[in-house]
Amino acid sequence: MLARRIIPCLDVKDGKVVKGVQFRNHEIVGDIEPLAEAYAKAGADELVFYDITASSDARVVDKSWVSRVARVIDIPFCVAGGIKSVEDAGKILEMGADKISVNSPALSDPELITRLHDRFGQQCVVIGIDSFYDEQSGVYQVKQFTGDEKRTQTTAWQTADWVREVQQRGAGEIVLNCMNQDGVRKGYDIQQLKTIREHCKVPLIASGGAGEMQHFSEVFQQADVDGALAASVFHKGLIAIADLKTYLREQHIAIRH
Amino acid sequence: MKLVIVDTGCANISSVRFAIERLGYEVAVSDQAETIKSADKVFLPGVGAAAAAMEQIRNKKLDTLLPELTQPVLGICLGMQLMTRFSEEGQADCLNLIDTEVRRMQVGDKRLPHMGWNQVTPECNSPLFRDIEAKSYFYFVHSFAVALGEHTLASCDYGGRFSASIGQENFYGVQFHPERSGPVGAKLLQNFIQYCE
Repeated sequence: MLARRIIPCLDVKDGKVVKGVQFRNHEIVGDIEPLAEAYAKAGADELVFYDITASSDARVVDKSWVSRVARVIDIPFCVAGGIKSVEDAGKILEMGADKISVNSPALSDPELITRLHDRFGQQCVVIGIDSFYDEQSGVYQVKQFTGDEKRTQTTAWQTADWVREVQQRGAGEIVLNCMNQDGVRKGYDIQQLKTIREHCKVPLIASGGAGEMQHFSEVFQQADVDGALAASVFHKGLIAIADLKTYLREQHIAIRH
Repeated sequence: MKLVIVDTGCANISSVRFAIERLGYEVAVSDQAETIKSADKVFLPGVGAAAAAMEQIRNKKLDTLLPELTQPVLGICLGMQLMTRFSEEGQADCLNLIDTEVRRMQVGDKRLPHMGWNQVTPECNSPLFRDIEAKSYFYFVHSFAVALGEHTLASCDYGGRFSASIGQENFYGVQFHPERSGPVGAKLLQNFIQYCE
């Protein structure tokens, strides 16, 4: 049976792994390669690296760490941040990344998704979506440029519509980051993920809100997501991946040994 | 032991190279006929769409070279699919090294691509799966697959069973990514290098 994936997310800024609360106040967690290697050894099923400076700063970011990561780990990993063209994506994939994830640039240029799909195939193309629940309007809004608080903006897209759009254009996987929950460890946004799941025929990865092991079993069992992404609970050592996987197997969730 | 990865111009060449290097071997990446012919073991990696990859292979004249190889060749993911005679993805005529074909997966209400870790069960005593237990998890990313058949070496189940691995004579293929499948993936690569003939 296809296993549900546990995916530590490493936010990268200036070549270091960082973590902020609700996208703010980034603090350095550690160096990239030793953390990547440690997570692979600990049983992570996949890693995601978000270069959170890239899209906002409109500059070419040094990605040489991608190839150093590819050298040391034996599980798949995805690189996000600052990929604005087929060329950018090609370089990252050549360096050994298995997938590339596009967020803000896809909102600026949705055709980019189609071009990436046509060149590299659907399986390489992950679309990251930062979704914010606006209490006043009761609407899930897609946000852009979330790496930099000063530049973060609300797009015209409602989340479900964007999810449908990116699939039509050839996305192979969607990472839905529920911004209201991000970094506060109160649990995944089950309601939103359930809603989006209905519109999502490709693998869906939940992001934002993991705080306890129970949050992982809830999101797999109630929202039927393919993978659960988390950062701070792993970086801070609040949950050990081996313990989490044992716990999830006890809950009869398909998990890789 | 001379190991060569065929430079198909596809994207996952680095990760295959790194995985072989982690086993302690040196490996060359080449699209040159002499280098490929002189290898003891050949790797044919690939990701992306079959039709585009076959075009690259034809441009490099590898479509005539690869069928002439008599040493063991391991196709990985799209590389495996290119070893068949035909892929439905882009209606591509392939290398015809293994007598079967690639079709879009029929998975019912399950999601495609089939992406993630799934369990593989060896179906015969191929040296490729030596000491690899039934139901070991390997990493898959694909939407097209080879049905079970006489050339199946191992199976997987995702909305129906399909070939996780195929082989014919000196040509071996795996649908999953051993280079990204943790210790068991490393074991499979080691088996290919050490035991496949």
